[in-house]
Amino acid sequence: MTKIPASKDPALLQGRRPRLVVIGNGMAGMRTVEELLTRAPGKYDITVFGAEPRVNYNRIMLSPLLSGEKNFDDIVINGQDWYEENGITLQSGDPVVDIDRANKTVTAESGLAVSYDRLLLATGSMPIVIPIAGKDLPGVVTFRDVDDVDVMLKAAESGGRAVVIGGGLLGLEAAVGLQARGMKVTVLHLAGHVMERQLDASAGYLLQQELGRRGIEVITEADTREITGDEHVTGVWLKDGRHLDASLVVMAVGIRPNGWLADRAGLSVERGIVVDDFMTTSDPAVKAVGECVQHRGQCYGLVAPLFEMAKSCADHLAELESDGYPGSVTSTKLKVTGVDVFSAGDFSGGDEVEEIVFRDAGRGIYKRIVLEEGRIKGAVLYGDTADGAWYFQMLKDATDVGELRDTLAFGQAFAGGSVGNPRDAVAALPDDAEICGCNGICKGTIVAAINEQGLSSLDDVRAHTKASASCGSCSGLVENLLAVTLGGEFEADAAKPICPCTDHDHDTVRRLIKAQGLKSMAAVMQALEWKTADGCHSCRPALNYYLLAAWPGDYVDHGASRFINERVHANIQKDGTYSVVPRMWGGLTNPKELRALADVADKFDIPTMKVTGGQRIDLLGVKKEDLPAVWADLNAAGMVSGHAYGKSLRTVKTCVGQEWCRFGTQMSMSMGVELEQMTWGSWMPHKFKMAVSGCPRNCAEATIKDFGVIATEGGWDLHVGGNGGMHVRATELLCKVKTREEVKEYCCAFIQLYREEARYLERTAPWIERVGLKHVQERVVDDADNRAALYVRFLKSQETSQRDPWAERVKESVDAHEFSFLQAAE
Amino acid sequence: MTELLNWVDLGPVDNIPLQGARTYQTETDRIAVFRTVDGEVFALVDRCPHKDGPLAQGIVHGHFVTCPLHNMVFSLETGEAQGAEDGCARKVESRIVDGKVRIGLTSSQMGAINAG
Ligand SMILES: Cc1cc2nc3c(=O)[nH]c(=O)nc-3n(C[C@H](O)[C@H](O)[C@H](O)COP(=O)(O)OP(=O)(O)OC[C@H]3O[C@@H](n4cnc5c(N)ncnc54)[C@H](O)[C@@H]3O)c2cc1C
Ligand code: SF4
Ligand code: SF4
Ligand code: FES
Repeated sequence: MTKIPASKDPALLQGRRPRLVVIGNGMAGMRTVEELLTRAPGKYDITVFGAEPRVNYNRIMLSPLLSGEKNFDDIVINGQDWYEENGITLQSGDPVVDIDRANKTVTAESGLAVSYDRLLLATGSMPIVIPIAGKDLPGVVTFRDVDDVDVMLKAAESGGRAVVIGGGLLGLEAAVGLQARGMKVTVLHLAGHVMERQLDASAGYLLQQELGRRGIEVITEADTREITGDEHVTGVWLKDGRHLDASLVVMAVGIRPNGWLADRAGLSVERGIVVDDFMTTSDPAVKAVGECVQHRGQCYGLVAPLFEMAKSCADHLAELESDGYPGSVTSTKLKVTGVDVFSAGDFSGGDEVEEIVFRDAGRGIYKRIVLEEGRIKGAVLYGDTADGAWYFQMLKDATDVGELRDTLAFGQAFAGGSVGNPRDAVAALPDDAEICGCNGICKGTIVAAINEQGLSSLDDVRAHTKASASCGSCSGLVENLLAVTLGGEFEADAAKPICPCTDHDHDTVRRLIKAQGLKSMAAVMQALEWKTADGCHSCRPALNYYLLAAWPGDYVDHGASRFINERVHANIQKDGTYSVVPRMWGGLTNPKELRALADVADKFDIPTMKVTGGQRIDLLGVKKEDLPAVWADLNAAGMVSGHAYGKSLRTVKTCVGQEWCRFGTQMSMSMGVELEQMTWGSWMPHKFKMAVSGCPRNCAEATIKDFGVIATEGGWDLHVGGNGGMHVRATELLCKVKTREEVKEYCCAFIQLYREEARYLERTAPWIERVGLKHVQERVVDDADNRAALYVRFLKSQETSQRDPWAERVKESVDAHEFSFLQAAE
Repeated sequence: MTELLNWVDLGPVDNIPLQGARTYQTETDRIAVFRTVDGEVFALVDRCPHKDGPLAQGIVHGHFVTCPLHNMVFSLETGEAQGAEDGCARKVESRIVDGKVRIGLTSSQMGAINAG
């Protein structure tokens, strides 16, 4: 047990806080800082250098970032405010290029030099690039950071084929991600089966077959000779003479501890930077953690051991007694949705060992457990990994499994005699069973945190214990623990699925539609594993909307997935008749229109005519079979559908404004007409209403509309998020603008943001309450570029949507079957 | 006692849209004839047992239809309401013969035809 004697600390001698400089703003470095802050807050004056121009994020989540299951904000671990709150100086985008150990300073690329009392190296690894011709061509990338993902996403936009060199964990995650982004993917792998370091040949074979089913080609024993291309990669030559075309080549053949900086500074570096159990290098003032180190001869490439190193390093920096880091046994899981692979320990076999193999070809399950002297030495699970944690625990504890031997392959539920209920299984685990592998957190710690700190949600547990905060594959276990500990009080707070047909929530489905380029209802249901043949009345209209919003002009509307009102463009009433509401732009009408309405009402015996709350005239009691004729007459008078039935733009209510009113400061009627002509026909998550008032007296009641405009002396106040429904809500002020053009641009941008972000059947009021007005302002008001982009996207989708649905049904016989009865054949 | 049915030919199945429905008016009732995603045809009396909603106007999913008035879901196979609600829409026998839809009507439904 070594301890740095405080008396020798130069900083303390000078009466200031000691300076800690951290090189590397990645997972191990920042975890060490976090651990240090909990042990000894304010002890050091901390400066962090990061080569990447961003805050600290969860590198494990690059795969979901690539596939589109997450976006960058979701994977940030510590945002800018964390550095500020903890008084940490972050120099991001500025790599350290030199360490002067004699003078205890580091110098960054920018020339910035900072002195330290303690230095922490956490420089991670460098991806290995095989030294072949063409390796430096544009379009050849590694898979290590956000910049790499950006290159891949850009390449994926234009489709084509990606060749991934390397069929290990990273290569396969890259392959699946790129395939989800719409590329054709071929994986080249040197060994005889994929993930050969984690899987045996049988499990590797099953995995390769599964990848094949998903359309990912794997070529094993493929040795790459050369990458071709002049200005950009065009393909790959194999040593056996085969050539593959490619517009993107990803090299994922392995990593090498990043120790050059340490090496240049004269520290002891072998494969990695050599450290002792307290993470101290050959220089007592310099420590190192993470993938860059070599500890007891081992280098690690997974986060669990790095986090253990971080603890031990933090103990030491905080000058706490500790036993030091003893090294780790690791386990691996592949993070590919729907593919369950687990491996731990040594499963290479041999004479001394005994193996238990379990295969269920029908269900695609393979398990192999390697025993040595009655103890688990390694395990490979494919297809059913639920018991991975259990085997791994027994492996680490070197539990004698002699008595369980016969039923070991059937898993814990069988061995423990308990039923196959996940909650019971969790309840049966001992307190020291590890739940979160990445962070090394065991059941007892989580249960104690839940009880003592009153935690009640997955997010709470993540925030307080870090369990499930890294790769997330133990979230289910943690939720079960919450349920077991809290009993009836617990409700899983995971985003709610759209409906029982799917496990996905609205936001995920929307993201995946875009990310995976899904362009039809059938494609969505297939790719996202819908549980019913063709959905239900809840998910189908939502999907139809999401597809329409994602691919304007491209996606063909699916009538059978629309509610009857939108299918026939009239409102169904309680007696099965319909009501029809033509547009009256901005609430204006004229004698010709009124005469046409009166004539139609006479001709078709329409019993009721009513002025609506949105300044239009409603014709109630129309028989369905009369609808086309009613529309034809209204169309002839120049009137079009008012979408009074749709999740779409409804009305734009106006006051008489400066055109007539003695108080009016701006022309509200013409403003209303222009807004309506610009936005009609646009499908939305829910109905959408607008109003324009000509002065702050607000006679058009613009402050209870989804988008309200109120004229002032100097311009226009723009209001959003009002609702006159069951829960009345007044608008909030979005911003003030000067010109009519601005009113229109902001209006479209706001609508487009709502269209792209709100969930189906969520009106603007609950949407804004959920995301916050600030979120909307940041995107529509503060960010002019984003506003312009939203505006353009809105106008683009309007190009194809401003067609009068009544005219389509009358003149083009769209959905003609709707309006006639079946007849008996003679 | 099972009643003898009169089979009425309603023309090619293609006249009914997939995941949709059309109606046929008999002497006594309107019949909703549904065509499901897997190409099967079912028929119910076009009246929801809740508040008389026109079932043919609902969204058809799997072998179910959701009433357009208050979203009650009914099995097309049996007419029974799903979930907590109870109630049963009246089932009408149907079959496809040589690509044509036939429904089996009772004598009272045939009404005028028999009389005429
Ligand atoms: C796509 C992907 C998926 C992964 N999935 C998993 C998984 O599922 N489970 C798992 O356990 N592990 C996974 N890993 C591995 C895991 O991310 C790493 O083990 C972990 O991030 C290593 O942490 P680190 O701090 O040592 O290095 P890093 O997180 O890489 O941090 C090192 C940082 O140091 C910076 N740096 C380097 N040199 C300098 C310099 N001279 N000056 C300043 N800054 C410098 C680098 O820019 C980098 O940001 C995955 C890795 C990748 C790339
Ligand atoms: S809001 Fe102002 S301009 Fe409009 S009618 Fe009322 S008083 Fe007149
Ligand atoms: S408020 Fe709307 S839904 Fe309710 S009765 Fe009136 S018209 Fe019908
Ligand atoms: S009338 Fe069918 S659900 Fe109410």
